[in-house]
Amino acid sequence: MASVNDIVVKLTSTWSDKVKPGDAPGMVIVEASHIRDVCEFLQRDPDCYFDMLSCLTGLDNGPEAGTMEVIYNLYSIPFDHHLMVRVIVPRDNPEVPSVTSVYRTANWHEREAYDLFGIRFTDHPDLRRILLPADWEGYPLRKDYRHQEYYRGIKVEY
Amino acid sequence: MNKVQYRFEEENLLKSEPNALRAEDLKEEELIINLGPQHPSTHGVLRLEVLLDGEIVKEVVPHIGYLHRCFEKHAENLPYNQIIPFVDRCDYVTAMNNEHIYAMGVERMLGIADQIPKRVEYIRVLVAELNRIASHMIAIGTYGMDIGSFTPFFWIMRDREHILRLLEWASGARLLYNYIWIGGLYYDLPIGFEERCREFVNYFKPKLKELEIVLVENKIFVERTANVGVLPLDLAINCGVTGPMLRASGLRFDLRKVDGYSVYPELEFSVPIGEGKMGTVGDCWDRTWVRLEEIYQSLYIVEQCIDRLLTDHKRTRDFDPQAMVPKKIRPAKQDFYIRGEMPKGELGFFFRADGRSDIPFRCKCRSASFVNLSVLPEIARGVLVADLIAILGSIDIVLGEVDR
Repeated sequence: MASVNDIVVKLTSTWSDKVKPGDAPGMVIVEASHIRDVCEFLQRDPDCYFDMLSCLTGLDNGPEAGTMEVIYNLYSIPFDHHLMVRVIVPRDNPEVPSVTSVYRTANWHEREAYDLFGIRFTDHPDLRRILLPADWEGYPLRKDYRHQEYYRGIKVEY
Repeated sequence: MNKVQYRFEEENLLKSEPNALRAEDLKEEELIINLGPQHPSTHGVLRLEVLLDGEIVKEVVPHIGYLHRCFEKHAENLPYNQIIPFVDRCDYVTAMNNEHIYAMGVERMLGIADQIPKRVEYIRVLVAELNRIASHMIAIGTYGMDIGSFTPFFWIMRDREHILRLLEWASGARLLYNYIWIGGLYYDLPIGFEERCREFVNYFKPKLKELEIVLVENKIFVERTANVGVLPLDLAINCGVTGPMLRASGLRFDLRKVDGYSVYPELEFSVPIGEGKMGTVGDCWDRTWVRLEEIYQSLYIVEQCIDRLLTDHKRTRDFDPQAMVPKKIRPAKQDFYIRGEMPKGELGFFFRADGRSDIPFRCKCRSASFVNLSVLPEIARGVLVADLIAILGSIDIVLGEVDR
């Protein structure tokens, strides 16, 4: 049975320039363009078998850093492995391929990340706002977010 | 003074939450119906947009977000210990479980998880399991009410009151406790709590058996739920479904066993799974039955916790449950994902600590109901409207957790 470190080594050697090991064990950083291929590989490969996407997190590093991240927490039920996959995208054009075709959990999680961070997931079957009203302005979890003053005549500031 | 605030316009609702299905695309004899947001069987403010052909459901589109309270935005502006009351309000019927998992996550980030006194851990597990029982009782009771049996709901509310009173006695609040703190507890258990708790367990066991005979094994209940809303295991895993729903589909997967956090490895309990006794594995009846069996197991855990709290980890005069509460909560720079089993499934918190402040840089709550609800369109395709209500009730959602 391969350990998580073996899986990280396997990934980095297969996609040598697209996948880099992260700064902690059990973490990899993947180029945005390859995230779906990597996820598909991780799900299908008999040594990895990451059959469950536990959590998908959007994250904004702020205007100074100029990047946004999407973090996938994968879990393999038969092997009891955890893997954290990070994707870093530029803040002015955050675009990540959707992994909904691999993990259907990602559907609503990606909609949430789109809703709160404005990260666009290409090829997503149904990319609409999920938690906020469809006509809300801005993406609230961005670090430089300023809320609108009025919504339908109601003062937003409390 | 500006008195009138809300500016009413006819189109407002259509703009803020537009339908996903279009009326122009409807074929003959099809119609779109909105179930909710104010409908008792949607367990809160959930809106289901249903495409019907006669009485057959062809497509369901859930619209959520009516109870969004910006948990994650709040969490980015508050120190770790002040987030706990907000965590309570995520899933307001299982606040103890939420607090337990959240506190455990921050303790692991700080590296003090193994220094927590055993007595504190046992009290945590005791109150969390009591709350799990209360949550499953609500799930079964309201489910019975959804599909037409009214009386068991009142029985369950009567018995749940005992749990709420116990927890009120311990923490001072009935529903939202703020009892489990990072590194300890707000206060030790009151004197006499263990005895009262045992009294409750002894009182409740026959009542639970009664509930099982009257509601869960009732012929009408079985006919309404068996073979309805079957969730196959591969779909469940691919959709990230966890908790009783996943176990009802036949996988023995309980994070209390798999991860073995807190003192669960020292306690004895089994993990019930759906066996398809009345119909197919993974149908609505199985989900209810798994919850019922879990109440029995939780009662067993509660009994064991009481035993330990009265023998090995006795109350002493100088025991301070806040002894390990850190004065300054400043985790090192890291990304951390913690998960734990709450009554509805896997509750996860993703933290990013920047190592410079007491405030998390990002705190994401992966809630079980949110993910479990997303499987509804898959299993509700092609069923009758009445069955749609039965399926929705069996998922056991709490909208506070779906919308956060």
